[in-house]
Amino acid sequence: MVKQAAITRRDFFARVGQGAALAATGGLVWSYLLKQQAQATPYAIRPPGALAEADFNASCIKCGQCVDACPFDTLKLATADAGIPIGTPYFIPREIPCYMCEDIPCVPVCPTGALDHALENIDDARMGLAVIDIENCLSWQGLRCEICFRECPVQNRAITVEHHPRRISKHAMFVPLVHSDACTGCGICEKVCPTQKAAIRVLQPDLVQGEIGDHYRLGWTIDSPITQDFKAATGDPGASAPATGLDYLNEGPL
Amino acid sequence: MSSGNPVTTGPNGRPVKPFIMPASFSGKLQVWHLLLLRRAVQIGVLLLFIGTVRWGWEVAGRPVLTGNLSSSELFGLIPMADPFATLQILLTGHLPLQEVLLGAAIILGAYALLGGRVWCSWVCPVNMVTDLSAWLRRHLGISDLFRLSRSIRYTVLALALILSVLTGVAAFEWISPISMLHRELIYGIGLGWTAVLGVLLFDLFILRNGWCGHLCPLGAFYALVGKLALIRVRFDTPTCTHCGECAKICPEPQVLNLKEAAAAGMIASGECTNCGRCITVCPEGTLQFDLRRFPVARQKPDTTKSRQRSAL
Repeated sequence: MVKQAAITRRDFFARVGQGAALAATGGLVWSYLLKQQAQATPYAIRPPGALAEADFNASCIKCGQCVDACPFDTLKLATADAGIPIGTPYFIPREIPCYMCEDIPCVPVCPTGALDHALENIDDARMGLAVIDIENCLSWQGLRCEICFRECPVQNRAITVEHHPRRISKHAMFVPLVHSDACTGCGICEKVCPTQKAAIRVLQPDLVQGEIGDHYRLGWTIDSPITQDFKAATGDPGASAPATGLDYLNEGPL
Repeated sequence: MSSGNPVTTGPNGRPVKPFIMPASFSGKLQVWHLLLLRRAVQIGVLLLFIGTVRWGWEVAGRPVLTGNLSSSELFGLIPMADPFATLQILLTGHLPLQEVLLGAAIILGAYALLGGRVWCSWVCPVNMVTDLSAWLRRHLGISDLFRLSRSIRYTVLALALILSVLTGVAAFEWISPISMLHRELIYGIGLGWTAVLGVLLFDLFILRNGWCGHLCPLGAFYALVGKLALIRVRFDTPTCTHCGECAKICPEPQVLNLKEAAAAGMIASGECTNCGRCITVCPEGTLQFDLRRFPVARQKPDTTKSRQRSAL
């Protein structure tokens, strides 16, 4: 104890201050790195059953067992340069989409529950949401494509085709529409889209989905005496069907 | 001490012999056998992971070893997980599933028994990188740029835990060059090697044993875990000539405090990685792997004397 008296109280507090400053500086730089990486998250398309992004990032232990389990080599672990939080699983639909295995092998092997084991039906997965660029979609130009509609594994629910009148000819347009209540974000549509860059893409829903808000009320969804007028007409829709296509096309100029 | 002069003697009266690398290959093998064994274990573990994910290695229809060193499953049955990574996840406020908690408990228990930093020298792939740095440094004679307390790793460990709470992500796992190395070796190479190169250069040109011996919070974690571990390096006091060969080669030379070693009959510090380098260079056979000797069972005339002295 006598020897240690050589360290004065002033020295002691200076040393403590230096240590604390070193730790604080290191901690600030470190937390900045973490924040930078966490900001990259909205662009990652995650495996089925992934928790909400912040929870997923916190829970994932980056072990790759989901990658091991995927029979299609869809999943990858983000490398340091992927622009996605390091080590977390993701996939690039245009390269290899999720083929929506019925037994969902990637989920039960997740040791931490970052992939929610409660997911039992792959149709309930929400990996992302398909979004159509109608300026580049062939069908929206009036061509008969609809490949996304036909390849979609959630047939006729996630993507439907509606026919729209076309301004420059009598031929109707058959345009695909995506429905968020059924789209799993598997990305098969993005994979099969024949345009040079996919005109239908899967993104995290948060990036593209709006929210109507409580201050708008859609009258026809509310049951009240005042809103009765807004209800859609019921009855046989076939009764007012136009003339058959062939007749229509053969009448008048093109 | 040993250069040029006629033979000096150690405190036990025996002449101090320097360690001389044997000329024969079998003699070299004798010196290298623990090093080779460590490399075999380190590379073997990585190979089991790579073989399972890349080449579909199976035993009786079960995958051999899935995952990576962060979390894995042996034969699809036995979960294993990095207890430090699991602790960070817990601190983000997320309770992970039982599987990873069980896996972390298994690994924690194993290293607590074996000697915590057995991880560092026998399993961790970064050890191969930093050993390369140390080897180059010895041959190139590069001196340190600055000195740093080896205890700073405990501050890094504390920071990793605090930042996990504050940022909501497992703070060390997001920047760990260890995880980058094994993950990218197993699942595909990206820019993770740049972090590993950083560790190599830091150890080579800036600070000897800089990463593993000063900064790594995982090593610090296992040093604490292994404080009471069973496998230790035994120290046989009467044979030691204080030649210092062990401290020259040791990546954590502060653990070779010969006074403490003589008192405890072993290298007691949790910071010892059980790499066994000291064992193979010791010319007297003073150092050997052994099971921990608990202080009660050991006669310690020296310490009791010094204790009496300090009591006075």
